[in-house]
Amino acid sequence: MQDRPTLTPTQINEELLWPVFSFRKRHALAFIPPMILISGGVAAVTILIYQGLWVTGLQRPAFWGFFIVNFVFWIGVSHAGTMISAILRLTQAEWKRPITRAAEVMTIFSLVVSLLHPVIHAGRPWRIIYWLLPYDFSRGIWPDVRSPLVWDPIAITTYLTGSILFVFTALIPDFALIRDQSSGLRKKIYGRLALGWRGTPRQWKLQGIFGLLMSALILPVFVSVHSIVSWDFAVSVVPAWHVTVYAPYFVIGAVHSGVSMVLTLMALMRWIFKLENYIWEDHFDAVGRLLIVIATLWLFFFFLDFAYSFYTREEQELAVMERRLFEWPFNAITVIMVFTSYVIPIPLWLSRRVRRNIPLMFWTSILVNIGMWLERYFLIIPAIERKNELTFLWSNYVPSLIESLVVLASFGMVGFLLLLFAKVVPLVPAWEAKEGVIFREDVQFGEVTLPGIIKETEEENVW
Amino acid sequence: MADNKDIMGVFADVDTAAEGARQLKSAGFVQDDYDVLTGNPYPEGAFGEHVKPNRLFVFALSGGFVGFAIAFLFTAATQTAFPLVTGGKPILAIPAMMIIMYEMTLLFAMIFTVTGVIFESRLPRPSGAGPVYDTRITLGYIGLIVTTSEDRLEKAEEALKAAGAEDIVRESS
Repeated sequence: MQDRPTLTPTQINEELLWPVFSFRKRHALAFIPPMILISGGVAAVTILIYQGLWVTGLQRPAFWGFFIVNFVFWIGVSHAGTMISAILRLTQAEWKRPITRAAEVMTIFSLVVSLLHPVIHAGRPWRIIYWLLPYDFSRGIWPDVRSPLVWDPIAITTYLTGSILFVFTALIPDFALIRDQSSGLRKKIYGRLALGWRGTPRQWKLQGIFGLLMSALILPVFVSVHSIVSWDFAVSVVPAWHVTVYAPYFVIGAVHSGVSMVLTLMALMRWIFKLENYIWEDHFDAVGRLLIVIATLWLFFFFLDFAYSFYTREEQELAVMERRLFEWPFNAITVIMVFTSYVIPIPLWLSRRVRRNIPLMFWTSILVNIGMWLERYFLIIPAIERKNELTFLWSNYVPSLIESLVVLASFGMVGFLLLLFAKVVPLVPAWEAKEGVIFREDVQFGEVTLPGIIKETEEENVW
Repeated sequence: MADNKDIMGVFADVDTAAEGARQLKSAGFVQDDYDVLTGNPYPEGAFGEHVKPNRLFVFALSGGFVGFAIAFLFTAATQTAFPLVTGGKPILAIPAMMIIMYEMTLLFAMIFTVTGVIFESRLPRPSGAGPVYDTRITLGYIGLIVTTSEDRLEKAEEALKAAGAEDIVRESS
């Protein structure tokens, strides 16, 4: 058991609010890598808009490439916030406190970044509004509700709206904290955002109920979003996409990459914002245990996808599977994917010593995300390359530099937005950190003192 | 009442604040006359207070119904506006509509829940945290705020001071 520091409210305020009130070197330096990546992406998108989609590797029959792969990847990552925060809230897991907000905010930024991809992919982004919104009042033609491409924006918009509302409402007490600790224009702005919060017992009680109720409401959305994203593929009649297992397979893959990304984020937060007093080795240990279960479930679905294809004994289906497993470059991608997503990290995470080693957890979480990105490529591209087998359409998709720059920029953008967010409000909820201190009481057992948590048990206190 | 005024005792810890609440009660003040302001949540009843029931679930439920109805009307109306038969299937594609209804039900339930939390928390307050407030509350201090008629303000102040209030904040007249 790691020694848990005893913190005072003033100390918590100082340690969590410094990025808001000052701009230290470590915070400023952290902006540099994302900004470099974003510059590359902006240049690439500018060239793409100016020159047209021919600068990408998209050609017949593969018109879905890196942009869609990356779109699916970021939607997947966005599942981390809900998975971590909603489930931990509902189960009232004590260790949720320092990571819920960062995970929820990452959900929002991943969704925003993922939404940029179809826009860029359209080639003429300024026209996308005509394709998405019901606009044609004069002719009475509306978007087709039977199309997964209509379900998709509705599900993502629901998830994004819900996540923003979730984060905003839980932020109100921290807005009030910043309001009280600042002066001038900052006080005025945060005062407006805090809506006049005073911290009465009624307000705190409603905050608690809100966390539980909103978690219960957002969990069904969380499951539906990636199911619907998977139906973008599964509802088509493309061999190897047209499988019923895609929805749960996508959801569990999303959770695997998302929770791993939370691990990456936890390590980065600890290093950049000096949050050693809040994000402990115990947290890495707990998330590591969770990931062992998630990764194993993901592996089960990975094999299930193959099993379903083999049982159909359909020539087209088997041809895609053969391509995925034995043809270059997909054979290499498959091996790298399985090793980085499962074979390397899981045996390591089985060891308690590794789970409590933060640099190792950081690098293994990066490995998982490389693997899970490749998984999306592995699922999408081989199938679409065989969409039409006429000889003159038979070509391989080779991503261009422009597409690669956009993919890299997406990582930079999520990082940049998170760093910017940390400049505005604390990434660790200050009021939850203080609540953790109040409910904590060391319990003496003979010669041993263990940290205990006091819980309210009466149902009426929760609901 | 319009002529009521606020007075607040600022306490350094939970025990003195709870004592303040006890003193107020023995001075004849009732639960509705005072409220507690804290920088973080405490277990309910820590200051002898009882939080009145809320109707948050009503907001969530009504939001769900509204979202479901809007989604049903929207999907049905758009399909009947241009009744194109595809694959010999009915004009109203119920399974596809259900996906949109599911999302909209949850979307509106979430929007209404947030509205409910804000409304039930008595927010937003046009006057901000004031008129009587102390910024030390978010530093760990506890405020015991009494709303009463002007002639009882002295009595409230005495009770708060007797319990060990570090400071007394009065509403400016």
